[in-house]
Amino acid sequence: MDRLNRYIRKIPGWLLYLIGTAYPVWLLYAAFSGDLGVDPVKAMEHALGKTGLQVLVAVLAISPLRRFAKINLLSWRRALGVIGFAYILLHFLVWMVLDVQILSQVWADIVKRPYIIVGMVSLMILLPLALTSNNWSVRKLGARWRLLHKATYGAVLLGGVHYIMQVKSFQYEPYVYLAVIVGLIALRRLPKKGIKQARKPSRPRPA
Amino acid sequence: GLASIAPKGQAATDLEPTPLDVITQYNNFYEFGTRKDDPAKYAHQLTTKPWAVTIDGLVDHPGDYAFDDIMSQMTIEERIYRFRCVEAWSMVVPWNGFELKDLLDLAGVQSSAKYVAFETLYRPEEMPGQRAPFLEWPYVEGLRLDEANHPLTLMATGIYGDPMPKQNGAPLRLVVPWKYGFKSIKSIVRITLTDKEPPTSWNKSVPSEYGFYSNVNPQVDHPRWSQASERPIGGGFFAKRIPTLMFNGYEEEVAGLYEGMDLRKFY
Repeated sequence: MDRLNRYIRKIPGWLLYLIGTAYPVWLLYAAFSGDLGVDPVKAMEHALGKTGLQVLVAVLAISPLRRFAKINLLSWRRALGVIGFAYILLHFLVWMVLDVQILSQVWADIVKRPYIIVGMVSLMILLPLALTSNNWSVRKLGARWRLLHKATYGAVLLGGVHYIMQVKSFQYEPYVYLAVIVGLIALRRLPKKGIKQARKPSRPRPA
Repeated sequence: GLASIAPKGQAATDLEPTPLDVITQYNNFYEFGTRKDDPAKYAHQLTTKPWAVTIDGLVDHPGDYAFDDIMSQMTIEERIYRFRCVEAWSMVVPWNGFELKDLLDLAGVQSSAKYVAFETLYRPEEMPGQRAPFLEWPYVEGLRLDEANHPLTLMATGIYGDPMPKQNGAPLRLVVPWKYGFKSIKSIVRITLTDKEPPTSWNKSVPSEYGFYSNVNPQVDHPRWSQASERPIGGGFFAKRIPTLMFNGYEEEVAGLYEGMDLRKFY
C-alpha cells in the first residue's frame, strides 16, 4: 500500500489537469465528427454533467479511502475538485448557450424550474470553492478555508438530487449516484474514536 | 405501394423531412431502454412476423386482425408530419400508413363507444427495457373517439416508403401529429373501444406532468421545462431553436375538437 501511495504522489497535478482538459476537447471533436449521435448538444450537456458529478464524487471518496483503505489520494484532491467544477461549469454553459439559447428563457428556467434551481445552487456553492483552490487562499483563509471547503458535500449532494429530478420516469442510475454520495458523507460522520485507539499502540514503535 | 402522395387529410406543407438515419437513431421507446440510442441498438431482437392486432370492446366484429390482412385492405398514403416530443425536441417524419378511422370502420365501432384504448406488445424476452420498471408495462395509450376518427390520425406502417423500422414501432404504430410524441403508441397489439377514458402510461407514471390529452401547446409549460420552443433534431451542433406551434401547427384542423375546453386543465 505504501508503494501504491508513493506512485500516486509521483503523479503531478499538471498531468491530471491535462487529462481533465482532454475530455471536453474530445467531446467537442466527437460532437462534430458525429460520434455523439444525432443530438450532440444534449449528449454533450449530459456527458459533462454526469462526468462532472463522477469526478466530484471521487473527490468525496478521497478521505474515506485514506481512512478505511489506507489509499492516499490527497495530492489529487485539488486538481480533481477543479476539474469537476470545470465540467459542471461547462455543463451549465452548454445548457445555456447551445440548448436553451434564448436568454429570457434561460432566466425563466433558472427562477422557475426546481431542478434547474437545485443545479444552480450547487454550481453557486462550487464557484467560491474553485476560486479559493489556490495556495494563496489556503494561507489567507487558514482554518476558515477548511470550513468553507466542507461545502463540497452540500454541492455534490445537490448535484445528485438535480440528477434525480431531471430524469423522466423511474431510473436506477441517478438513485445509485445519490446513494453513493449519501454513503460517502455518512462515512465521514462515523466516529473516529475507535480508529485513534487502534493506532495508539503503533506509536511507541521505533522508526 | 404509395397510393397517394398528396392525401386529403394533410395540411399544405413545405416541411423539410428529417433524414432517415436521424429518425431511426434518436428514439424514445422505453421497451428497449431509456437512452435515445437504445432502441436502435436493441430493437432488432423484436419479432414482428407474424403480427396480429386484437380489436375488441365495443365493436361489431371483435377478433384478431392479422397485420398482413389489414394491409391488404388499406390504402397506404404518405403523410409528412411534424413530430413534437414532450421533451421539447422535434423532427419532420414522412410516414406511410392509413387512417385509423379506416381500421376502426373495419371492426365496426358501436354507438356506445367514446374512447379508443391502445396497447403495445409486452414481450420482455425481446424487449429488454420491459425487464425494468421504467414504466408499468405494457405501455398503454388512448384517444377520444373523435380524435381517433380525425383524418389526421394515422396508423403508420412505414417511413420514407419502407416498412416501419423496429425502433420506430414496427410493424404498426399510431401517429397523432398534434399531440406530444408519447401519445403515438408503438408496436400495437390491442385496440379496445370503450365508453370510459382509458388509462395512459405516462399519466399513470407522473399524472402531474402528463395528462390524457397531451396536445402540443406552447402556452402550457411542462412543470419542469418550457414548451414555448423546440430543438429540431438533425441540425447539428448549432441548430437554432424554433417556436412551437399551437397543436403542433395543426390548429386549423383540430382546434374544433377542443372547443370550450380549458386546455390548462385538460393538458
